[in-house]
This record gives sequence, structure tokens and C-alpha cells, in this order.
Amino acid sequence: MKAPPFHYHAPDDLASAVALLATLENARVLAGGQSLMPMMNLRLAGPDHLIDLGRIADLRRIEETPQGLRIGAMTTQRALEKSDLVRRLCPLLAEAVALVGHQQTRNRGTLGGSLCHLDPGAELPVVAAALDAVLHVAGPAGARRIAFRDFPLDYLTPSLAPGEVLTHVDIARAPANSGAAFLEFNRRPADFAIVSAAATLTLGVDGRITQAAIALGGVSHAPVRLAQAEAGLIGARASVSAWESAAHLAAQSPCDGDELYPADYRQELSGVLVRRALAIACQRAGGAAHV
Amino acid sequence: MTIPVSLVINGKTQAFDVGAHHVVADVLRERFGLTGCKVGCDQGVCGACTVLVDGAPVTGCATFMFAVDGREVTTIEGLGLDGALSPVQQAFLAAGAFQCGFCTAGMILSVTALLLRDRDPDEATIRQWLAGNICRCTGYNAIVEAVRRAARQVAEAS
Repeated sequence: MKAPPFHYHAPDDLASAVALLATLENARVLAGGQSLMPMMNLRLAGPDHLIDLGRIADLRRIEETPQGLRIGAMTTQRALEKSDLVRRLCPLLAEAVALVGHQQTRNRGTLGGSLCHLDPGAELPVVAAALDAVLHVAGPAGARRIAFRDFPLDYLTPSLAPGEVLTHVDIARAPANSGAAFLEFNRRPADFAIVSAAATLTLGVDGRITQAAIALGGVSHAPVRLAQAEAGLIGARASVSAWESAAHLAAQSPCDGDELYPADYRQELSGVLVRRALAIACQRAGGAAHV
Repeated sequence: MTIPVSLVINGKTQAFDVGAHHVVADVLRERFGLTGCKVGCDQGVCGACTVLVDGAPVTGCATFMFAVDGREVTTIEGLGLDGALSPVQQAFLAAGAFQCGFCTAGMILSVTALLLRDRDPDEATIRQWLAGNICRCTGYNAIVEAVRRAARQVAEAS
């Protein structure tokens, strides 16, 4: 099928985009189009107005800030993949973005598009969850910040008020002696993940774990942080048994299933991926892998 | 509504009005007769509609025409020079790297973009770049072999 007709708007600045989005009926923002266009082609989405953010250059920047990394919502996934700054300041994002869709879709698809679309199998929301990314949005009532944990409201539903647009994302710099890993399992390389896991660890001078974050994708409508497993790791020594305890909790975490991949299968995958991701993250933090 | 666009298609500047909702693949096929661009899934999944935009592979079915205004689009028809096949096209022929051919144009364009960036890709890189081009007839071994042949041919020619 083909996309239904719509009115096209290409504002040059953010204020105009927000004004259009706030005043037009049944309007949608177009970022890279790699989720919205298939939905329009399948007639699952039929906006009367499409507001193209492609001409707003301010939304495409990748910058180093005193706190870490600031990335414009319209930065393409391919630009993230090729960015030295991303590789240096946020290797977890660099690792995950290479797994998003395929070459053709990464050349068009954007960070902001993926975060706002919130596909349960998507990689970038899992990274945002693991790193406690802060989202900046602009709207008719002004700008505001949203912690990523408060961003997903429901299946494919971000916490954006009518007229609000995601503008950029802040990711804090990791402390010294930190490591991270992103792993996913799917049947074909370019597919959405059946389950994905992101893990970050920081090791103290005595070799004990001082910080841990674990996020799972594919198990619910939005990424899930494993707070109990994280708490269990803090203060522990890096070891096989530490990874196994976290993996055990991951495998017990509530999980949605479907006819193709039932919940118990995804839970099994969750445990395996968390165990492996922690071992790799530990190695990257300068410790031994303990596998 | 229609939008005026001006872009280069296979080396030739084209300026025309296009419906806002028309995608690159359909415009190339229906307006310019460039039917080497195949439409498989309409969802940006299968890669049959792959074209190069400023040298980077994108899905023609999931890119609106207005998005390539001012850019340079290359289709399979634009690859050869003076009627001769490009090295990648020749390598696909020599390796027998297709069966029905529906995915071939997209594959060749992806591989062309790959070899512009990496003249000696390893097998993992080749397979990673082909992840967005699905062949439903046969396996990928002959296709990977064709990419290796093309890389050798490009290296020898330069």
C-alpha cells in the first residue's frame, strides 16, 4: 500500500515547528521517517499534516558538554555510529546504534525518532534507560526536561504533551573505571531485538563495584531497569556469582510474551544476556571478565 | 499538495513538482521509468528499493521525494559507464550471485556504497552491509563471493 495524501510543512526553526504542531489538527512530526513511513504505507497512521524537522539544523548536533554528551534529536543513527565523540564519551550508544535496523534505515533514522516511537524491541530506548538520559522537549508552554524513566507512558506512547517536540538528549559522562556493554538476540541481524540488554559498571579502587545499571528491552512495552539486581551488585566484588545473581533476577523479572516468543523464553534470554553483558562491561571497566 | 523539487538523478538534473506523499521508489519507477528500483515490502525492511542518496544507501519506499530535494540520487541504471557494467555488476554476474534478480539492484547499490568506504571489507563487514538487502531465493554465499570479487577487481584497476 501507499501513504495517504497529507499537507507538508517544512519549518526552518523550532518555534515555527512547535506553533504548527500546536495549531494544526491531526498533525505529526516527521523525523527520519523509518517508523512513521512504514506505518503510513500500511495506513496504520494517516496524519493530515506532516511537519518535517529536517530543515532545523540546530537539531542535528553532537556536542561535548561539561556533563557529557548532548545530541540533537534529528541526528541520524548513522551519524551517531560514525561519531568519534560518541565512541569516546558513550561507547554503549556507539555499540547499540550499530545494531539499529540496517545501513539503509540508519542513514535516515534518527535518535529522536527512535526514542519517541518507542518500539519495544528498539535498541536506543534501552540505552537511554540504562544511562538515565535526560530528554529536552520544546512546546507551546516552553521547554522542559524529562528523565527517560518518566518518558514512556505506554506501548508506543511517549510522555509528550500536544505540540511538544523532542529537541535534544543529554547523556552524562561515565566516571573513570567504567565499562558498558549492549547485547541483543534476534533471528536476523537487522531485526528488532527479541530481547536486548544494556549494562554499565564502575569499579572502585578496591575492585568492588560502585555503580551498576542494567536495562532490558523487548520484555515490556518500554525498557525495564533491574533496580534490585543493580542494588545487589553495588559493593560486591566482580565475580561469576555476582553476574549469576543479577542474571537470576533478570530471568525472574516480569515479562510480556507473544505467540512467537513466549514470556518464559524471553526471560531465559534476559538472564543469559545480562550475565554476558555484565562480564563484558566489567572487562571494559578494566577488571577481569569473570566468565 | 505538490512540492517543487530539484535534484540530480543518475547524473542529470531534474526539476519537477511532486505529490508530498510520493516516495522516492515510486517516483523513480513511474515518472522516470527507472524500474530497476524494485518495491518489495513498502516498510523499509527488504532493501529491494535501495538507492544511493549522495552515495549513501537508503530505502526508496521509506523516503519521501521531498527529502531528496537538492541531493544526488543514483539507481542501478546510473552505475555503468558508457554502456559497460560497473565492477560490482560484473562481479555479481561472474559469481552467479542472483537467482530471480528482484533483490539484485538493491544489493549491488549497497555493495557499491560499501566499496567506496572500505576497499577491502572482511566477511563480517560484507554481511553487515548486506543485512538490509534480503534475498528470498537462495543463500548469501555467492553474493558474498561477488563482493570479494568486486573488491579485488576494484583494487586491481587502481
